[in-house]
Amino acid sequence: MKTSYEPYVTADGRKIGDAMMDMRNITLRFGGVEAIKDISFDIREGEIRAIIGPNGAGKSSMLNVISGFYNPQVGEVWFKGERRPPMKPYQVSRLGIARTFQNIALFEGMSVLDNIMTGRLRHMKAGLLKQAVWFGQAEKEETENREAVERIIDFLEIQAIRKTPVGRLPYGLKKRVELARALAAEPKLLLLDEPMAGMNVEEKEDMSRFILDVNDEFGTTIALIEHDMGVVMDLSDRVVVMDYGRKIGDGTPDEVRNNQDVIDAYLGVPHGEME
Amino acid sequence: MSADFLYGIEVIINGLMAGVLYALVALGFVLIYKASGIFNYAQGVMALFAALTLVGIMEGQVPFGHLINAIFGTDIHHFGWEVPALLAILLTVLVMGLFAFLVQKFVFRHLVGQEPIILFMATIGLAYFLEGVGDLMWGSDIKTLDLGLPQGGSLWVEDLTAKLGGDDFYGFFIDKLDMVAALVAAVLVTGLILFAQYTKQGRAMRAVADDHQAALSVGISLNFIWVLVWSLAGMVALVAGIMWGAKSGVQFSLSLIALKALPVLMLGGFTSIPGAIVGGLIIGVGEKLFEYTIGAPFLGGATENWFAYMLALLFLVFRPQGLFGERIIERV
Repeated sequence: MKTSYEPYVTADGRKIGDAMMDMRNITLRFGGVEAIKDISFDIREGEIRAIIGPNGAGKSSMLNVISGFYNPQVGEVWFKGERRPPMKPYQVSRLGIARTFQNIALFEGMSVLDNIMTGRLRHMKAGLLKQAVWFGQAEKEETENREAVERIIDFLEIQAIRKTPVGRLPYGLKKRVELARALAAEPKLLLLDEPMAGMNVEEKEDMSRFILDVNDEFGTTIALIEHDMGVVMDLSDRVVVMDYGRKIGDGTPDEVRNNQDVIDAYLGVPHGEME
Repeated sequence: MSADFLYGIEVIINGLMAGVLYALVALGFVLIYKASGIFNYAQGVMALFAALTLVGIMEGQVPFGHLINAIFGTDIHHFGWEVPALLAILLTVLVMGLFAFLVQKFVFRHLVGQEPIILFMATIGLAYFLEGVGDLMWGSDIKTLDLGLPQGGSLWVEDLTAKLGGDDFYGFFIDKLDMVAALVAAVLVTGLILFAQYTKQGRAMRAVADDHQAALSVGISLNFIWVLVWSLAGMVALVAGIMWGAKSGVQFSLSLIALKALPVLMLGGFTSIPGAIVGGLIIGVGEKLFEYTIGAPFLGGATENWFAYMLALLFLVFRPQGLFGERIIERV
């Protein structure tokens, strides 16, 4: 049942490969409520994949299934051609899947630098004892990882707030720091839960640019949930549309916006008025 | 300088020394509370257990000796060797690590996400369980802990300071053991802070203390961090156990020092390591000074028993988050 894709190169020169993440017949229940009903979709290597839908459609639940925060009752999760057994979130993260949260989960009491450093944890191999005595390897690793973090800080243009405790930052910058922390892990797959929620136009433009640059420069595969239709249509290669826990559309932005089910259930307006 | 004034200073110095020990016990509470939100009532019993284990290992006592003898009709009490202090301390650290692992695996892993009061009740159960295990393992008689630490007043300090006053002043009397305790505590706290600031696990520890969900998302195993934190609290308990044990023998009343840490926590806040230290020092100095200036002359003495709690009560009324605790801000 797994479909294999031919790799292709997009108009702007990005390589899109085979399916990296393959969700098969996922059903997720909370008690008697079915948050996700028998949904299958995949995320191809190198693409930007959007998940859209009205509030309560199950988008965040889907992201939580991918990142291991929820384990579905039915269905299989395939990652890089292998079936992934039920896992804890920290195990999923160590596979190279990083995420951000809808309502920002940062370490408020720690500095921006320290927050981003936590993203490097999976690249730090020195054991507890070596760390405790600050033995050769531990020190070398710390330096290397600091350099990696500084590159990300440059990339996201947050040099000015490196030492600031995150709790003091305004909302838009927190979102950016959270992205930085996820990027620090050098993930293969980056999950963004409403990266632009609550931002003004300017901040949205910045964030869009960063997402495109991450995808383009690092080749990171990205799956994102977003409400702003204009942004979604501009950014993504393919879109999944969810409604009441079901999948009602799947395809390129053009296919999706001309899909009658999607227009009825979600957009509610002809797409001309939408932009 | 008048002798009274100088004796006052001596009282303050001795108060500081006593405060160091309060701070040590309080530190164990803070470590666990910060990382997991558990108020660990068993911290005092952990200090007792660690001290018992240390003495037992040093003397080559057979663990569960009474139990083994009762079941098999044997009569063994000692292995017949003595373990050097340093090795015994290392072994005790391992035992406390094992204890941390077992506590996490069999108790708190199953209570994740429960109400704080339930977690608290679990630690009360744990305290009595551990007390029983300590009793069963090492026997209930009072033991002396002899690590060869210096004891008694320091003549050196006395000689050095005697010149400060007139003929009726003989210099500050400061217990050498207290000075060692202060030194050890300073090293321990510095080590802990460096570990938390500059190592991978330390950073992970702070991350868990800050936000569980975010910690999970960057690949931190909560269970591992909790075992680590309980182990560290076990080590702090061991140091506290050694110092109190060397002072007044290893006996079951040692577990009651946990109660003395409560007012320290009220002052310092439950989430602040510097708070635990400063809180401990304030309580130590405060109760000694109060006894010296007001308690003994006017109130008939023995105010040290309740002064700390009174001070804590005042703090609760006027500054409920403690000196350094996280500000309680309610957004509406």
